[in-house]
Amino acid sequence: MVDPVSYDEFIASVSGPLGWFFVLLTVMNLVAAARTVLGRDGTTLLQWKRFRLVSGQLWVVLAVWFAIQAVLCFRADPTSMAWVAMPNWAKQWVDHWMSPTWYTIGLLGGLLGMFLARRFFVRPPVAWLMLNLSMWFLGASLTDQNFYQIVSKPDNVPIVGMVYLLGFFTWMSAYRAVQNDDRLARGEPPLEAVDDEKTLVWPDLVYIELICMVAVTAVLIVWAIVLKAPLEEPANAAHTPNPSKAPWYFLGLQELLVYFDPWLAGVVLPGLILFGLIAIPYLDPNPEGVGYYTILKRPFAYVVFQFGFLGLWISLILMGTFLRGPNWSFFGIYETWDVHKSATLQHYNLSDYFWIWMLGRELPTASADAGMGGRVAVILWRELPGLLLMTLYFIGLPILAASRIPLFRQLYAQMGWPRFAVMMLLLMWMILLPIKMVANWQLNLQYFVAIPEWTLNL
Amino acid sequence: MPSFGESLRNSQVYKSIFRHPLPLDRRHRVLVILTNFFLHLHPVSIRRQGIALSYTWCMGGLTFFFFLVETVTGVLLMFYYRPVAEYAYNDMLALRDATSMGILRELHRWGAHAMVIAVWLHTYRVFLTGSYKRPREFNWGIGVILLMLTLLLSFTGYLLPWDQLAIWAVTVGSNMARATPLLGLEGPGAALLTVDGIDLITSASDARFVLLGARFVGENALLRFYVLHCVAIPLGAALLMAIHFWRVRKDGGISGPL
Repeated sequence: MVDPVSYDEFIASVSGPLGWFFVLLTVMNLVAAARTVLGRDGTTLLQWKRFRLVSGQLWVVLAVWFAIQAVLCFRADPTSMAWVAMPNWAKQWVDHWMSPTWYTIGLLGGLLGMFLARRFFVRPPVAWLMLNLSMWFLGASLTDQNFYQIVSKPDNVPIVGMVYLLGFFTWMSAYRAVQNDDRLARGEPPLEAVDDEKTLVWPDLVYIELICMVAVTAVLIVWAIVLKAPLEEPANAAHTPNPSKAPWYFLGLQELLVYFDPWLAGVVLPGLILFGLIAIPYLDPNPEGVGYYTILKRPFAYVVFQFGFLGLWISLILMGTFLRGPNWSFFGIYETWDVHKSATLQHYNLSDYFWIWMLGRELPTASADAGMGGRVAVILWRELPGLLLMTLYFIGLPILAASRIPLFRQLYAQMGWPRFAVMMLLLMWMILLPIKMVANWQLNLQYFVAIPEWTLNL
Repeated sequence: MPSFGESLRNSQVYKSIFRHPLPLDRRHRVLVILTNFFLHLHPVSIRRQGIALSYTWCMGGLTFFFFLVETVTGVLLMFYYRPVAEYAYNDMLALRDATSMGILRELHRWGAHAMVIAVWLHTYRVFLTGSYKRPREFNWGIGVILLMLTLLLSFTGYLLPWDQLAIWAVTVGSNMARATPLLGLEGPGAALLTVDGIDLITSASDARFVLLGARFVGENALLRFYVLHCVAIPLGAALLMAIHFWRVRKDGGISGPL
């Protein structure tokens, strides 16, 4: 749904705020440059013969670049704004690649890559450059009407803020974890143990709390003045909006409805998430890594948690908020929400694939006069491939892991079989999500096990 | 001639309230924590690294602070709002157009979003520093329940403006209750609960009906969500918060390296 506002009118209305946004970025980079120059702690980023690029110089270049963008924005005419805006070819390229499969694989792969190359990514100049690039991407994208409409929805603004907060805190924790891991490798205590004598709560902690409260109150008041709380048309049970979305923090669960029966997506899986979170302290047999940031002391716990939190929970919220449009179809970030774009593709179950496609036969069905037992037998026979596959997945793979993979063998020895079984059940459910999603998108596979007769689909 | 401040602090009234002089020396900095009701949530002394912002991110404290903001702004909003289908939406309009301090609803709504984000970040930090491990396992569990209550507080509040955004978001959310195994009309096993051929689980008796007080999101749902939002869940959260904070102290304070 695009406003009936013309593009020129729209651009004129966003150019002013966008100009101030770029002024902010200019100031940020000038401060960063001043800090590196005054502190004489510029990092050499590039060296080629006699040419050397120091981080402080790059921040000056970025400041100049953002200052030019700001000036162009304040001119506010379409010609100038064309230089600020994300070019059309770039938008098309992004939308073209932004299929659900690439989004999911790209995000999980990106997280994995950043984890493996964390030594590079936690370096402050790299993190600062990434912040700048993402801010520039955001600014340039806000000149797109479709992107602007979704991102500037009052309830979606906090999500953009949350993404930056998560990025910042993930970076900071990894930054300290890498430092601590190096220190521990050298036999030194972690940073948190250095200079760690007791101090009085008054004034040291009380003042931190007071300053935090005042700062946050100020932010909240400015936020409340700048952004009005949404109020749509009066409630009308006869008119269903398209799309109808749950509140943003439940969008991950709403997304699951596409792939699982409602009783699984809405009741069992949330229950498993809660149960799994509460169970973490009882499932983690590793006594190390308490009270300081570390990755190498507890790599398994770190990776599993980040996979679940950033890779699934947050990723699905972002997908539900920014990429799901009318009819719950998938839209690129610059794509118009076209009500007629429907992905009403026929989906098939594993049993369809097995019996019809592979064996060229019809699905087994019970004869009309079959008794209760006969019908049950036919259903189980029909779904045998899926039942076998799921048994193999949920029971076979964990047993295989416990006997063959050293990491899991060690966990099994430490935990004993009941705790190991619970941990593996939760882990296999987490891993099943992306597998099932990609299978749904790429193979049009709806259920591995489809027993609609008993509302048992998986 | 004593200054005004000095004579104030020497007055009987001041001494009856604060019981000791300004906390300028060590002895009185200890006493101020011990004798003040609000400050006594804290220990008297604490490890320096344990309170570093780069370690705690202050997110647990901010979550509690947002809860207080929500309580204060929520109580003020209750003066203006009636949880009745005929009035609710008009009260929203009046809040927007006719009250002074017209940012009350904004503060409440953005404070709620901020609380959800802060509680996630707090959980994130506690996980990353391994602070859920022995002896803090139980308190981590209390924290998870509090996180869930935060989401439910926000969810129940989402319905109250009684606009399209509200009823359809809550319709989507509460439809899932219909699928509860055994207790939801469309959940697996619901058909098994019958007595003499009469279904026990119908659209007027299943889990969704209990939540909404009706077969659809209507005036009964509005009242139920209002009571849950303003009374039941905050009381539950307050009780668990008291336990959570108390256990932080009993389990050894803010975590740190051994």
